[in-house]
Amino acid sequence: MERKASEMGMNRTGIKTSPVESAKEIDGAEKRGATSIGDALAIARVRQEFAREVEGLGSVPPPTPKGMVKAAVDMLKGGRATVFIDKLGQRAGFERTGVRLYEAALSKLDVFGTWEGGPTRVELEKIRLDELAHFALVVRTIEKLGGDATALTPAAELQANLSEGVPRMLVDPRVNLLQSLEGLLTAELVDNASWELLIELARELGHAEIAEEFQRALDAEQEHLALVRGWISTGTMLEARVGEEAAGAPA
Amino acid sequence: MGLDLLKEKGVPLDRQKFTWKDLTRRMISKLDDDAFTRVRVILMNGIEAESVRFSHACARMNLDLREPLALIRRVEHFQQTLVNWLNPGNQSPIETTLGYEQTAIEVTASVALHEPDPYLAQTYRFGMLEDFDHLYRYSALYDRLTGKDPNYIVQSYTDIIPGRPTVLEHRHPLDDVRRPYASRTADPITKLNALTIVSAENQVHTYYMNIGPQFTDPVARMLYAEIAAIEEQHVTQYEALCDPSETWLEKWLLHEANEVYNYYSCLQSETNPVLKEVWQRFVDYELGHLHYVKELFQRVEGRDAAEVLPRELPEPIGFHEHRAFVRQVLSNEEHLSAKGTDFVMRAEEAERTVLYREQLNADGSPSDIASAGYIWRPGTELSVEAKREGVVSEGRIQ
Repeated sequence: MERKASEMGMNRTGIKTSPVESAKEIDGAEKRGATSIGDALAIARVRQEFAREVEGLGSVPPPTPKGMVKAAVDMLKGGRATVFIDKLGQRAGFERTGVRLYEAALSKLDVFGTWEGGPTRVELEKIRLDELAHFALVVRTIEKLGGDATALTPAAELQANLSEGVPRMLVDPRVNLLQSLEGLLTAELVDNASWELLIELARELGHAEIAEEFQRALDAEQEHLALVRGWISTGTMLEARVGEEAAGAPA
Repeated sequence: MGLDLLKEKGVPLDRQKFTWKDLTRRMISKLDDDAFTRVRVILMNGIEAESVRFSHACARMNLDLREPLALIRRVEHFQQTLVNWLNPGNQSPIETTLGYEQTAIEVTASVALHEPDPYLAQTYRFGMLEDFDHLYRYSALYDRLTGKDPNYIVQSYTDIIPGRPTVLEHRHPLDDVRRPYASRTADPITKLNALTIVSAENQVHTYYMNIGPQFTDPVARMLYAEIAAIEEQHVTQYEALCDPSETWLEKWLLHEANEVYNYYSCLQSETNPVLKEVWQRFVDYELGHLHYVKELFQRVEGRDAAEVLPRELPEPIGFHEHRAFVRQVLSNEEHLSAKGTDFVMRAEEAERTVLYREQLNADGSPSDIASAGYIWRPGTELSVEAKREGVVSEGRIQ
């Protein structure tokens, strides 16, 4: 299937598409100027004003009775159990989304095929299962701590909003497999950094056992990241080649 | 040679069919399609939205028309779906907004130029200058919120400069009501023009009311709230142009004729072959609706449809840039305001409008805040700053 990401065509978004009209447009903007004085700082000031006045995104749900004991112990140690629950909720949400991302990538693989050094079906399915296992691991941890693993925590909401463009692009039928991998790269980079932080936090709060389990998840995430990077690299290099050398380049 | 509206029968209603895939499989390219292709898509969604809105209102007040209205309305709903879903998923709400304002400017300019009634032509020029300013305010927001160039969307066809400043557009409701054309003496194109523009503006109002709260930036939220208010004023202004003494069936007939006219206009200028096929198909569907309603009108009212409809379609809407015309109107009419149904110089505004505006702007003007000192430049205003900072060396500003 022929659908290279970088085909040349009639892209009309640039200024040089219509030299005559754009010259008039630039001239008009210069001559007419602005109607109010100032610059982009006017927007910044309103942002500050609102940020001082409004509430945050929401809260972390209270722990179950079993969790209350745990939370009380943490409080005695000078920690805030809610931070850990918030971050665990974030991981649970992101890993769950991760499963869906790999499902979307698998559809692309079926349509566009792969390339030498590109992802195989087995690899993508393996990572999908890893993400699912990580989701299960985090859920189990939250429950062990007496939290509600089904709740949407503020950190989970924040991360989902930050990365909402990733699933959006991955499921776009016009986006090919190589382009889809850019979304996986974004997700894996965040995943790696987030697991690192979570492990650090678990240790800080005295959850050594949890930290150890999470370390194994991070090991898997590091492998995912290396794989995705490699696939993007081989695919992009292949697409940039010309002639026979480029045979099998990503479609 | 235009279409003979009274003779052409189009595709009969029972042969107008859709599937979910048929409704959703086509879309335009944000990168490669011509900006006027997006303009046509946006306009036709507005036209179909109006047909559905009108049909529901009519059904609520006319027991005998409910069934025929339901039959045609279902098809119009699907036509609207197919048309609106031509917008691609990678076109963000604010990018679609820029497209809406470009549509409002260029289509209203074309209508103003073709309108034979001087009062209505003046009304269109008046509203056009206000939408022209909205494009500038949203462009500044787009640049400053996302770091992207609004010219991606307008493709150099439309100027990104202030029009009649939005801060001054707020008027007392009684200064937004206009005088209607007289249905018995008005030129048919006058009736179609009024319907076209009120459809487009009503769509914009609905869209801003829906997407405004989806923004996280406080200035964006305020700007959408502010401009949605002007779109409400515009709907009030333009719907007042239509003669309220027209019967429901007469209005329905005009709606169908206007849909034929608008799709036909799109067909004449479309450059994307996939869309050309859509416009042709819907010209034929609308002729089917028109024929159906024409028979109903003649049977129920005992009047000849030729009293209401033009025999041939008027000159199509001009889907092209109107830079020179818009600049001329800006230079001559920027300082106009409205008092009652008349257009007046700003110094002659009604006190009620002055007080109304002062109250709304009492906490500041979102449109002024968003565009403070903003001058559009290719590659965004940051390209100027980047140039000024000089060439980077080892990743640092020199």
